[in-house]
Amino acid sequence: MAKNKNVVVVDGVVQKQETVGIFRKRPKYDAEGREIHYKKKKLFKSRVNRSFGGDLFMFSFLLIGGLFMAIPLVFAISNSLKPLYELFLFPPTLFVKNPTVKNYTDLINIMSNSLVPMSKYIFNTVFITVVGTTLRVIFGTMASYPLSKRNFPGKKVIMQTVSLSLMFAAPAATIANYMTMSALGWIDTYWSLLVPAIGSSMAVYLVKNFVDGFPDAVLEAARIDGTGEFRLFFQIVMPNLKPAWMTLIVFAVQEYWNMGANIFIYREELKTLNYALSQVAAAGIARQGVAMAISVVMMIVPVITFVITQSNILETMATSGMKD
Amino acid sequence: MKSKNDALKINKIKKSKRFENLDVVIFLGPFLVVFFVFTILPVFISLFISLTNFNMLEFPDFVGLANYEKLFLNDDIFSLAMQNTLILAVITGPLSYIMCFAFAWLINEVPPKPRAFLTLLFYAPSLAGGFAYVWQIMFSGDSYGYINGFLMGLGIISDPILWLKDETWMFTVCVIIVLWQALGTTFLTFIAGLQTVDRSLYEAGAVDGIKNRWQELYFITLPSMRGQLLFGAVLNISGSFGIGPVITAIFGFPTNGYALHTIMHHLDDYGTVRFEMGYACAIATILFVISFAANKVFQFVLGRIGK
Repeated sequence: MAKNKNVVVVDGVVQKQETVGIFRKRPKYDAEGREIHYKKKKLFKSRVNRSFGGDLFMFSFLLIGGLFMAIPLVFAISNSLKPLYELFLFPPTLFVKNPTVKNYTDLINIMSNSLVPMSKYIFNTVFITVVGTTLRVIFGTMASYPLSKRNFPGKKVIMQTVSLSLMFAAPAATIANYMTMSALGWIDTYWSLLVPAIGSSMAVYLVKNFVDGFPDAVLEAARIDGTGEFRLFFQIVMPNLKPAWMTLIVFAVQEYWNMGANIFIYREELKTLNYALSQVAAAGIARQGVAMAISVVMMIVPVITFVITQSNILETMATSGMKD
Repeated sequence: MKSKNDALKINKIKKSKRFENLDVVIFLGPFLVVFFVFTILPVFISLFISLTNFNMLEFPDFVGLANYEKLFLNDDIFSLAMQNTLILAVITGPLSYIMCFAFAWLINEVPPKPRAFLTLLFYAPSLAGGFAYVWQIMFSGDSYGYINGFLMGLGIISDPILWLKDETWMFTVCVIIVLWQALGTTFLTFIAGLQTVDRSLYEAGAVDGIKNRWQELYFITLPSMRGQLLFGAVLNISGSFGIGPVITAIFGFPTNGYALHTIMHHLDDYGTVRFEMGYACAIATILFVISFAANKVFQFVLGRIGK
């Protein structure tokens, strides 16, 4: 019995534990304090009401969808490893025959020879990603705490406005924001990219719903013990919101890391990696291999953050429901 | 019968209450100010400036509804953009939404380990930002283009197709690329939502005579995750009206024959190239109204599912 990690014995009955994402789910307890175990699902067939035909249909649907998603990714990785002559074969091949890392070394060469040193673009992107993400996570979580756990006038109105604001196509605000930014003198500075990170309605919406699940009793107990609101938030609430801020980190990293040309930024030395890379790629078909290498390199950071935090994200998104 | 002492006490309590709310201000203040200035205010700025003629240099002068009049009556490219935007939104919006749910639902049926991998695979396209170039090469118009080469190799077509320039194909290509990147936040929301549906409901359902997975889906799963469905819809609808940067990255700007010219492009054109801010704001206002209305319509429809 001990060999299988998923099998547990409760009250003499063998049951299996369910896992979420790649990690095991935290144990849940029922009203009398006993641990609740869910039966683990087997690949197809185990649940009731499942027909073989339906399974087959689903499996083929997943397969087609998976191929559709995977082909461009495989194509990019494979092409980034192709030597030059293989890139211009006719008919073109999907998979590489003689893999080489030449495209990646070429990329490094091009990067060191460009007008604005590539290290500057990398620095800019890392800077924007780190600062933007930090601001969004800190101010987003801070704002959602009182919205969830405190009573003050205007609370409902604020929350309704936040969820309402999600319904507007955000890019429509760019022109008005351009005018605001230029009135503030922020055009062509990083203020225009970083300050809006503080006011992310999406962040507040997600974290607020997550904080709602935090037990009030803990807060009350700490308040009776004389804990101030700030200590309460940073030492008790914040550590428990880990899944929520992990989620914000993934979404923010994704957004800032992939940020390309932007109407608020004109100066070359303030531009980001994604923009610089699109310029390298614009050199045309001769740089195809290098451009593919770029696309692959650009993907690494968001994919790694996602893999690390996957289970946290699912935990947070589970509470993201909207009331109608 | 309040004594002086009581009054003092009440004052103290009031004071402490005011102090209590002080930390609410500190917690909430920065967010609220920035949120208001860059998310709420733009709606009103757009509305106000849209009634004026404004070039960022001179003081705006009031022209009433002239901008809207010009938009709807004298701007052929705008009506084309409007048409393209609506068609794109009507096709990609619901399709991407259904894809998000269908794949989330299917992935939820497989065991946890392949599930984690499949989640990554299906989510990876939206993690990949700079993939426009990959698509350009795949749909490249000469016979070195991979799609062309592949189709010619199979003998389906004899001459290469100019996927990115030919107006008959541009739209289809655009929809394919948008759908490829469609499984974003909504998809994660659905996966998470499906994992929180109460398992005992399924067992109870089986006892109560639910025959197959479709009935289970309609009577148990969908109603149980109404909140997530609504949240996902809000994201997808707002998103499907904002398809613009993808098109520019792949098809260039302006697109050939304005075949993929959307409201977003029209907005950027007038706002950041020609600096006719009054006119651009009129376009922005219309975009605000459309996306908001679409959301409200969907909420109404969703309210009827499973009831």
